[in-house]
Amino acid sequence: MSILNLYNCLEPYLVIGALLFGFGIYGLVARKTVIGMLIASELVLAGSSVNFMAFNRFLAPNPTIGQLFTLFIMAIAAAEAAIAISIVVAVYRNYKSIDTEDLVDLQG
Amino acid sequence: MESVICQSAANPSFLSAEGFVGLIFLLTVGIIIFGAVIATMSRRLVRCVAGLALCFTGVAGVYYFLLSPFIAMMQMLIYVGAVSILIAFAIMMAEPEDHSGRSIKGSVLASPFGFSIGALFFAALSILALKTEWQSFPKQGSGDIEQLGKALLTTHTMVFELISIVLLMAIIGALVLARKGRS
Repeated sequence: MSILNLYNCLEPYLVIGALLFGFGIYGLVARKTVIGMLIASELVLAGSSVNFMAFNRFLAPNPTIGQLFTLFIMAIAAAEAAIAISIVVAVYRNYKSIDTEDLVDLQG
Repeated sequence: MESVICQSAANPSFLSAEGFVGLIFLLTVGIIIFGAVIATMSRRLVRCVAGLALCFTGVAGVYYFLLSPFIAMMQMLIYVGAVSILIAFAIMMAEPEDHSGRSIKGSVLASPFGFSIGALFFAALSILALKTEWQSFPKQGSGDIEQLGKALLTTHTMVFELISIVLLMAIIGALVLARKGRS
């Protein structure tokens, strides 16, 4: 397996998906603002989509299922982004901040 | 590595067409990594969104390499064209003005903790991907747009309808949530 033939193999795509997932988890834990966490969650979804597409090309007997899964993930991600951003706007209107450390009213 | 599933076991040279395609694939992977680093580690949120758009562009290139130009086009349209712009609008509305290095959590523990968790997930998933003996099955059909449309409107009609309802509820819910505080 030479480095120029990587695009014909399954494992590099799975490693790319794992990389996106790891970056997303890091962003979700370490980010301080709600929008930063939303960006990181989009990375997690992209990682799972890459995994689905890789299995779709190399392993699955029916090569439409993975593509349909990716399309549905895109639709869910768009809906999730719209809802999350409207919640961010509502929170900003009430608290004048989107820092996670300012949104601690339920902490008691 | 014996368990690697490769569609062709050739060893192309740098000057052949296959070698050039391999170089473009490596470039795409580099774009993804660069974009993901910017999206998670930049201090300013606007740069994070730019990195996210760059990363999604690279992912669209990977979809192209996975023989799905339709999904690659949808990735460009939905993620790069819609979701990133939406997040950019939200940042314009709600970004706090002070950028005194507080974008990453102030606690000393949070950033190394998050980094170790992310690195742990990446290492575990990569080892799992490289160690598993993947089994390939013979293909039925080519998976082009025609088959995609037929499967969407015959086998998966229920999911298609449900996702339309979810999107409708998302639209209505977003309008209600964003309008509530406005007098």
